[in-house]
Amino acid sequence: MNSGETSSSQNGSNSSVPRDTSCPLTEEELDRYSRQMIVPGMGKEAQLRLLNAKVLIIGAGGLGCPAAQYLAGAGIGTIGLVDGDVVERSNLHRQVGHSTSRIGQPKVSSLMTHLKGLNPLPNYVAHECHITPLNAADLVAPYDLILDCTDNPATRYLISDVCVLLEKPLVSAASVQTSGQIIVLNCPPTPQGQLEGGPYPPCYRCCFKKPPPANAQLSCGEAGILGPVVGLMGVAQAGEAIKILASALHASPSKKGTPRHPVEPTLLLYSYSLTSFLSPFTFRALKMAPRKKNCFACGEGSQARLTLEGLKRGEPDYEFFCGGLGSGPGQGVLSAEERISPREFVETVQQHGKEEGKGKYVVLDTREKEHFSFGSIEGAVNVPFGKLLSKAAQMKRSGETPEVEDILPPEVKIEDSGGDENVPIYVVCRRGLDSQEAVEKLKEMGLDRGGKRKIVDIAGGMKAWKEQVDPSFPYL
Amino acid sequence: MSDPKDQKVDITVDFSGGLEILFSNQKHHALSVPAQDSEGKPANVGFLIKYLCQTLMTDPRADLFVLGDELRPGILCLINECDWELEEEDAYVLQPGDNILFISTLHGG
Ligand SMILES: [Zn+2]
Repeated sequence: MNSGETSSSQNGSNSSVPRDTSCPLTEEELDRYSRQMIVPGMGKEAQLRLLNAKVLIIGAGGLGCPAAQYLAGAGIGTIGLVDGDVVERSNLHRQVGHSTSRIGQPKVSSLMTHLKGLNPLPNYVAHECHITPLNAADLVAPYDLILDCTDNPATRYLISDVCVLLEKPLVSAASVQTSGQIIVLNCPPTPQGQLEGGPYPPCYRCCFKKPPPANAQLSCGEAGILGPVVGLMGVAQAGEAIKILASALHASPSKKGTPRHPVEPTLLLYSYSLTSFLSPFTFRALKMAPRKKNCFACGEGSQARLTLEGLKRGEPDYEFFCGGLGSGPGQGVLSAEERISPREFVETVQQHGKEEGKGKYVVLDTREKEHFSFGSIEGAVNVPFGKLLSKAAQMKRSGETPEVEDILPPEVKIEDSGGDENVPIYVVCRRGLDSQEAVEKLKEMGLDRGGKRKIVDIAGGMKAWKEQVDPSFPYL
Repeated sequence: MSDPKDQKVDITVDFSGGLEILFSNQKHHALSVPAQDSEGKPANVGFLIKYLCQTLMTDPRADLFVLGDELRPGILCLINECDWELEEEDAYVLQPGDNILFISTLHGG
């Protein structure tokens, strides 16, 4: 097929004028993509590259929804979607490719419905599963470019490793609370272990050598996320993907000694504040190092450490490396006497307290104030976990033996309890982990007065409270 | 002439990605830090990390920032917007006007 530009017909005015019929775009495509195709630097060639491109979006959530929308709109030829979850109501503030009517449906089919409404032309491929070391290579192999829109460290390392092995460019983004990050990795794709003649682009492990310890990992479910923050990162991923595909960066692998394009790995950081307008710190473009010689996945000798066969055998062990997926309630550290179930608390402590009058016990709620603002156990005092630890450390430094009042906010007064100064303290948190640590901390501070005062954990936190005591409690 | 022990270097330190909760919930800090460490060597980023733990950190959960004497895994340090691996990592000697940024890597989506 002749794809060269012909200009012979440009000035013709008679009806039999020869016309360049080499344009393989249909009437509908010409119309649909016209506004992006006339952007300087785009044109027919770039649009054809998009139409022939295959992109895999892993994760159909807060990043994947906006990314997929713009890629579908732009006419990417094949769009694969990977996700094993179903749509929940609490997703919808940010996962805008789903809908209220599709709650309960698999995310992949829900998002596909949305994308087909936007643009029916692309070929959409559903992968209703999570990515695992067993299926990762088969999922990734047919595609030209991968978007990491997932939500946990283990899959992030897995996806990057597979992209190194299969030489795929990767656009990786992440977001939690009010921060977002995006970086283009392994682009142009470079053979594993190649260092000579570099610098070459980094992989995820080059930039983020080790995951944070499990206790420092924040998930959107636990820590919260603002829709526009994660949405912006997802849109930026689509933007980077279109850039790479339109300029064919994905199809120009770095051959030995000839990095075709300057390697300028950049981590874009979006840091949003609920209390200030755009500031110099809102967007920052940070310069990252290129491929590292000592990188586990792409550095010197990496072919011996990381292989497709190894992945299927469970090497490396991503779960172990990242300290376990998710964060289910951990093992308790307290003895049975130091714990009480929410039901038991209501039946024995609260009822008893009501009979004997107020001030017989203190309920310390260690959740963040945002959680506390939606409701709490009657009479509970809010001392967020971090603040409690700060106070404890402060007192330890000053060498004082604290009173209960010292750890409570100044406006809270414990009413006179008729001479009984050893009012018991019940500690509650969201899911029952921080509260156990808080109990230990309070004892360490000497607040249990050598065992005279009971300091007890309300087991399972407000989550268990909702399950056992008050089904209408606004647990977030 | 002032005693070299009293000399200070003015820098700015930023925290992002949630690390700010350890530092009075403030993301941007303008600091005057000692120009020398206790042994009289010029203050470097390694010294700054210890100094921040001792003087600026308000939350006692230091293990969310350092493990042993090192920055905990999952935190990037950027010196004037460049990954510190492009400089000399913790051996980089602080210069007046430097911006040191600590960010926690994110995984949610
Ligand atoms: Zn690497």
